[in-house]
Amino acid sequence: MSHLPVADFATDFDHTDPAWVNDPYPIYEDLRERCPVAHSDRYGGAWLPVRHEDVASIANDHEHFTSRNVVVNEGRPGPQAPPAPIGVAPPITSDPPFHQLARRLLLPAFSPNAINELEGFTRELCTQLLDGLGDVDHLDAAVDYAQHIPVGVIAKMLGFPPEDGDLFREFVHIILEGVDLPFEERIASFEPLRAYFETQILEHQEHPRDDLTSFLLNVELNGQRLEMRHVFGTMLLILAAGIDTTWSAIGASIWHLARTEADRTRLVAEPELMPIAIEELLRAYAPVTMARLVKEDFDFQGHPMKKDDWVLLSFPAANRDPGVFERADEVVIDREINRHAAFGLGVHRCVGSNLARMELRVSLECFLERFPEFHLEDETAVTWARGQVRGPRTLPLVVVAPPRT
Amino acid sequence: MRVTIDESRCQGHGRCFSIAPGLFESDELGNGVVLGDGIVAADQERHANLAVANCPEGAVSIEVA
Repeated sequence: MSHLPVADFATDFDHTDPAWVNDPYPIYEDLRERCPVAHSDRYGGAWLPVRHEDVASIANDHEHFTSRNVVVNEGRPGPQAPPAPIGVAPPITSDPPFHQLARRLLLPAFSPNAINELEGFTRELCTQLLDGLGDVDHLDAAVDYAQHIPVGVIAKMLGFPPEDGDLFREFVHIILEGVDLPFEERIASFEPLRAYFETQILEHQEHPRDDLTSFLLNVELNGQRLEMRHVFGTMLLILAAGIDTTWSAIGASIWHLARTEADRTRLVAEPELMPIAIEELLRAYAPVTMARLVKEDFDFQGHPMKKDDWVLLSFPAANRDPGVFERADEVVIDREINRHAAFGLGVHRCVGSNLARMELRVSLECFLERFPEFHLEDETAVTWARGQVRGPRTLPLVVVAPPRT
Repeated sequence: MRVTIDESRCQGHGRCFSIAPGLFESDELGNGVVLGDGIVAADQERHANLAVANCPEGAVSIEVA
């Protein structure tokens, strides 16, 4: 889809505009000084706060904002949409009080202890991907490496065939990047995904096993099994939120290390710095921007928000707020004080944050171990995903592996 | 010095028990829990302060007796 060029991001912003997709950070900075809540008539009306304080306040305000849809697009949840409180993809599309019930079901499967058990699998997956590259001096770190890691981990967790990875990526692309399609086309584009989930659910009903799909089919909420649309919606959430996000975080981190030799050599020399470095990379390159819908006409700090206006909840912008972070626009690889909001704020904190951190840490450890030296082959050849999840989709590198012993 | 977690604010970001595993742990949902009585030994004070400074929800605090 092509858009009219954006005249002024303060009054006409569009998060699919090429300038935003290529480098949104100067836009946030400019808006923070001028607005700091931007507006656009696009997508039927949308707002964009860029200060940490405003993002936090909206994330915690369930009286004026709803999560019924969290991906800005041309439509609105109408009579044909899955009704509240479950919504399209619970619990991310649910509001309190139902939200807490739906979320509590999932939390144990994503707790630190549960995720620790997946570390060995993830490390093996990363090692196999690197081994599969052979003796190379060029590779695409997004296409050949980063994108396969969350796909493999999520397929294992849901109990889907690992060879269906290309299909998952296509589904996720439709959900997250097909946001400016006409509404009817957008709805129709979900059909192959629905059919695939139906097949997987049937297969799990016939052959239950120890995975998240069987768990969702059997778990009880208020003494009853989940409605089928709840099971379906949570599978959709895990797929949509578990793949592009982590792929983006891994890719953006490798992109940073490819163009910042000092940070790369320091992490090679001091691998124990990795947990702190990961938090800083998540702060600086937070992949996820969420959204809310305005419930009723309401004045937000002098801004006349209308019922069904979108609010883009930019955690990436909040993470660059100089009022909260010193040297906010710099990556300080050993930053010790870092209350970043990469995984959101409030009750919708990313349920998969422990998983994402583990995948990011393990994937970077494996990559740096195999390729202690690498740099961008061509800065202009890097392309970025558009929409609300940002990360490199092509990332051509020149790599130098140490001699094998 | 004693650390506390405001349960109504904690959303399970997991920063406190990652930074200061001697003072906090995760419950089965991934929320932070203070270990024991939360009294901070002198050699843990730095970790306690970092846990406070890194909680995205402002849920961790220090009481000074």
